[in-house]
Parts: sequence; C-alpha cells; structure tokens
Amino acid sequence: MALKRKIAYINLSTGEIDIKPIPVDIRKKFIGGRGLDAYLLYNHSKKGCDPLGPDNPLIVSGGFLTATCASATARTHIMAKSPLTGLLGSANMGGFFAPEMAWAGFHHLVIKGKAKNPVYIYLHNGEIEIRDAKNIWGKTTTDSQWAIRDELNDQEVKSMVCGPAGENLVRIANVMTGIKNAGGRSGMGCVMGSKNLKAVAARGTMDINIAYPMDALEYNKRFIDQITSAKVNKTQGTLGTPFIWGATNSWGGIRTRNFQYNQCEYADDIEPERIDEICEETMGPYHMSGCFGCQVHCRAQYKIPSGPYKGVYDEGPEYTSQGAFGGEPDCKSAETILVGNHLVDQYGIDNLEAGSLISWAMELYEEGIITNKDTDGLALEFGNDEALLEMVKRIAFREGKVGNALADGGIAASKIFGKNSFDFLIQVKGMSNLHSDERATPALALNIATASRGSDHLRSRPAIDLYHLPVDVLRKIYSNPIPYDGPLSSEHTEYIGKAWQVFWQENCYMAVDCLGICKYHTTFLGATLPNFEDWTKVLYYNTGLEYTPEEIWDVAERCNMLERLFNLREGLTRDDLEKGDMLNHRYFDEPCKRGAPDVIGKFIDKKKFKKMIDEFYEHKGLDKDGVPKPETLKNLGLANEPSKMI
Amino acid sequence: MENEGKVLVIHPEKCTGCRLCEMVCAVRHDGASNPARSRIRVMKWEMEGMYIPVSCQQCQDAPCMNVCPVGAISRNDELDTVEIDQDKCIGCRTCVAVCPFGAMSFNTTDRKVFKCDLCDGDPQCVRFCEVGCLEYIDAGDVSILKNKEAAAKLMIANQKATML
Repeated sequence: MALKRKIAYINLSTGEIDIKPIPVDIRKKFIGGRGLDAYLLYNHSKKGCDPLGPDNPLIVSGGFLTATCASATARTHIMAKSPLTGLLGSANMGGFFAPEMAWAGFHHLVIKGKAKNPVYIYLHNGEIEIRDAKNIWGKTTTDSQWAIRDELNDQEVKSMVCGPAGENLVRIANVMTGIKNAGGRSGMGCVMGSKNLKAVAARGTMDINIAYPMDALEYNKRFIDQITSAKVNKTQGTLGTPFIWGATNSWGGIRTRNFQYNQCEYADDIEPERIDEICEETMGPYHMSGCFGCQVHCRAQYKIPSGPYKGVYDEGPEYTSQGAFGGEPDCKSAETILVGNHLVDQYGIDNLEAGSLISWAMELYEEGIITNKDTDGLALEFGNDEALLEMVKRIAFREGKVGNALADGGIAASKIFGKNSFDFLIQVKGMSNLHSDERATPALALNIATASRGSDHLRSRPAIDLYHLPVDVLRKIYSNPIPYDGPLSSEHTEYIGKAWQVFWQENCYMAVDCLGICKYHTTFLGATLPNFEDWTKVLYYNTGLEYTPEEIWDVAERCNMLERLFNLREGLTRDDLEKGDMLNHRYFDEPCKRGAPDVIGKFIDKKKFKKMIDEFYEHKGLDKDGVPKPETLKNLGLANEPSKMI
Repeated sequence: MENEGKVLVIHPEKCTGCRLCEMVCAVRHDGASNPARSRIRVMKWEMEGMYIPVSCQQCQDAPCMNVCPVGAISRNDELDTVEIDQDKCIGCRTCVAVCPFGAMSFNTTDRKVFKCDLCDGDPQCVRFCEVGCLEYIDAGDVSILKNKEAAAKLMIANQKATML
C-alpha cells in the first residue's frame, strides 16, 4: 500500500544509497509530497548553502495518494534551495512520472552531492541504480527521455529530465516529464544540472494495495462526477487553461508590454478560441490529453501551423504561454505562442520566467537602458516576435550579454544592466510574476507578495475572489474546517477579509500538494470542488489512515510554516524588495490604464496593503516582522526544528 | 436462448491517454493500483499525440481458447466472453503467445495468466471513461453507430458542396 512506499537518500558524490521506510507518525505530521519535502529540505540543508553546490539537497516526491485509487494524483514535486531566489525552491508537475516512481517503490528521494560525470538515476521495483548519462547529456528534454527508454530497452520508462538549459546552469531552467509537463518554477532544472544529474527515470510493477478497494473505487467515481460536472472543468477540458485568458483580458488583468498596460488589445489571434481552432485543424476534434488518472484533460495537442517550425508537434500551450509569448512582449501571433511554448519545452526553461524576463528586457531596450550594443544588434522591441524567440534560445544557451544575464534571473541581471533597471522588474523574492496584473485585485496581490517560493499564483491565490460570490457562500467555503467569523467581501477590488482568504487558500493548496492532487481538483478555479472534508475519506479508503479535516488543515499550516522557516533562515525580511513579502513599486504608483470600469485607474493602496499583510501574519501566528511567535511554533509542533526525525 | 451479448468498443481517437481505465481495472480485480495488473492497456505514441487502449476482443474463434492444451479457456455464453478457469490453467503462457492483441497477460507476482472478463457485465473502465472512448454496447449496434458517423460526415460534405 501507499504506506509501504520508501524514501531513498542518494549521494551522487559517493554513490551511496540508503533506502528507508517512511514512519506512520511522519505521515500523520506531514502527510507527504511537498509538505514532507519542506521538512526534508529544512532538515537536510544548512543555512546559507550554495544552491549550486553539492550540499543543496534535491528532493523529488510523489504525493501520499499518488498512484492510489484517487483522482488526479499525478503530481511530482521537486524541492531544493533555489538558485534563482536563494530562498525556497519548489516546482510541481503533472504527467506520469510520480505514479511510476510509486510503482517502482518510492515516494521521496533526497539527492545530495555532485556526480563526477553526467549520470541519471534509475528506479526499478525497489532498486536504485546510478547510470552513466554521457549519451544523453546535451539532448533536448524529449530526446533525453526517448534515449533513456532505448538504452533501458523499455518503452514504459518515465523520466523527469533537465534540458540543455539545466545543463548550462541557467537559473530559470525547469524539470520536464513527457512532452509538456513542467516543474517550471524556481530553477530546479538548474539544480539538476549543477549535480551533473540529467534525469531520474522510473519503471515499476509493484502493487499499491488499496486499504478498502471497493469503497475507494466508488468514492473515486463520486469525486470524478463532482469534478467533471463543474462548468469550469468542462471548459478546461475543451480549451485547456487558455480559457482563463478571455475573461481575464477583457476585464483588464493581463499585463501587457511588461507592465505598461493591463490589457492586451486587438489580440484575436491569441484568443483561446483561435488556439483551439489550430489544435482542431492540426490534431482533429479530439485533441485534449490528460495526466495520469485525470478526467479534466486540460492539455491540448497541436502542431505548429505555419512558419519555420510548421508541422512540429507539442502540447499546451497553457495560459502562461499566452501571457509569456503573447501579452507581455505584446506579440499577437498564435504561431509565436506555439513556437515559444515548443522552444521552452525542448530547452527546459520556465515559460513564465522566459516571457516575463524578455518582456522586461524589451522595456529596458525601449528606455535605452539596454542598447543594440548589448543585444548584438537584435532589435529587442515590444511586438518583435523574432527577437522574442531568439532571446529564448539565447537564454537557454547563455548567448550574448543579455541572454547570459537573463539566464541568471531578473535580480542578477538588473545588476549587470544597471541604472534603474530593477525598478522595471516585475518580481517578488527574485521570481517573476505571472502575466496577470493584480493592481485591481488586492487579494491576488497579497497572494503573490507572500507566496513561499516567490511571486506565484499557485501557492495561495483565491481565484474565486473574482467571481463576486455572495458573502454567505464565501463564508461557507472559507469557514471550513476552521471557523471564521471575521469580515468577508464579494468585491474583488476590496481589501476586507482578503488576508483570511489567502491564508485559507495557502493551507488548501499545501494540503493538495501533500496529497499529490492537482489544483484543478480543489477550490481553485471552481468554488464547488472537493477539499478538506472530502480528502479525509479519500485518505481513509486508500491508505487506511484516519485524519480529521482539522488535522489535514494542521498539517498544511505546519508545512507552510516550515517553508517560512526555511525562507527566514535564508534571509527573508518583510519589506525587502529582493527577499521580502513586497511588491514592485509600480503596483502602488502606476494606476491601471485599461480594462473594465471598476478596474481602470486602480492601483494597490500601500497603506491598506500593509494592513492586509499585518492581518495575514496574524492569521499565520507571525509577529509584525513575519517571524513566527514561539507559541505558534509550539502549537504546530515545530518548536524543535530541525528535529532530524527522517 | 442465445445471448447476442454486449461488447467493449474502443474509440481510440477519443482517448486522452490518462490511463484511469488501467488503474480502476487493477483495483476492481486485485484491490491494488498497478498497471501491470490491468486487463486494458493504453498504448502511446507520445510524439504524435496518439493513445490507443487495447483489451481483449472476446473473439468468436478465440486463438487462446483453441490453443490451450488443458482446456482451461472456454466461452461464457451468457456474457459472450472468453474466460479462464484458473483451477485448470497450468501457466504455460501459450495463450499469451498466440493472442493477436497482446490482451492475454501473465502476472509475474501471482504467476498466472489473466485477461478482461468485462467485470461480469459492468466494465469499470467504461464506467470511469468520462470522454466516451470506451463503450459497452450490443455487438449489433456497433456498425449502426459507425453507419451514422459516416452518414453525418457525408451530410456535412454535401452541405459544404451545396454552399460552394
């Protein structure tokens, strides 16, 4: 059963491998997945360790429910100290790797050291082998995976790999599995590259016994019905995540020309319907694909319809690629989005960082801070599709002054570009913001400012705040499992009660990340989807372990606090623009120029923002500086960290 | 009375490749999640975005049944399936060798052959396949549905031609 999945400690410097069980009390306290990874990172790294040095542990995991009879538990989580931010590094991806790793006998890997030569790790039915990767090194993300299959003579092997970008120690390099599934954020592919680790491959045929198989099966059916009947997921299953674009852009929530506007105008060619049309034309009417065991199937298949890459197959493009290669650089061609999406997939770079950083460089070019001399004559102008795609390549291979600088991330690049370049950089804690514009949505602004891995929309975003749900509906959602009788507001431009919503979502998302479930299966884009109460049953039927909804909440709070402890240890301070819970000044100083009537003219009120942070800290049991109070740590059972239990 | 029988129909173009069918199959039959135990397997050509589920066709003139040296494989007329008598099976795997679909598998843990039994008339793979890639319908209806699909295509082509 899931409880039999093991943790393996692998030292690439010495070749030592230590396989251990994961005790039940650890499961009770941290569940698994990202939560347990946070514990492992805090306990297996030393303050100030070099993110690219051998001491930075690279932690790979599947959720506690991964590969059980629960819906959409395909998520792989990767954690280490981030070479991009110097703080918490964490990336999460779907696909088929984590379940295969579970059938191969493992739930968590702690990889330390650095191999002398390129290697990959092969997990196979309880056994681990470190293998030579000299024939795979240098290959694209997909070619690497197929080469591993050929070498092992097994087409069912699933691998997570870093691409050429990770090998080149590009700090925005991601981890990829399959064609599209990416653990994009915080440079986890760069950590793999620094360890000379090209891939982790898995193949398993070991049973995961289900505690109550028939109950698990029936409950899974109910779960799936609930999930697929939600309108948002039906749309998701037809158009993929690009469906978000239409609504968000029309009200004015898409940052355009880096951060000059909050709406991308005259962009018919990059609307979700147009992208869907291309998918249909090139792949037929049934062109959606899904991760393991998931009935939402949000990944579209396409072939590039025109241009030099015509006919090349890829998947996605998701909402992020629309912003990264559409709105932000103000390029308005579907072909550019599809090609950009394909290049980042192949090179192994985070599409969000790539698009965001290149758009920033375009604004610097416009401002004269970067010149033709820096770009080797490349006209890095907004709306220049060719320059955009050329820059993706230059980042991946560290070519030219600008490409090489951006490969180290925004903050490091701002020091090379000089002048006031940093003022234009849209980031939090060294990580670029999504292409969404949060100036009219304080709850979302608070979310990106306080997210543990740096600016991020998947750590605590109360997306349903945009739906203007009645207060009593909001209260029903946000008072469960922990009662909340404070204020709430249906208005997305308000500041009231948003701190609680962000706090609640932070715990909700941590819980799904511990279980290994995809966020489209919980209170993220759909207000009616399963959460704490439902998970107690899934956990019980599949693993036999009993948790109450409150206990799952406690686990989530505990694990979020561990991530905070890690960040504090590495230098997080409240108002620091590089390492704090703080937004770029443009959120406070530049009002929205476009959008719906209640959006136009909006900006974040700094006073109210600070009050929101105060409230958020209070909910979390932190003092005014964002440091946990001693009683908070005691209540969460974290008074003695690092406790080195595992 | 002879039962016309329902059959498992696979529409590969609709498959999203999620492999939920594999998981529920293994859980229903063996109480374990493990694709190696699944009676249905999704074959993939990832670089072409092509996913094709393969399972037992319950052949009328079943090679597995014809070849079994101990007569362990027989026809279940009620469900119109081909079934294995595990008590008679000697585990020689000849049936595995002759099945043209690879639908007869050998379980290396239990050392036994296994195949689709249509879950005694309520196939879980079909029940869980939300996109309708898998269907369980009367054998005679399969071609009618195909007739209809083909006719619809013809009609659309005709309409387009008229518009020209």
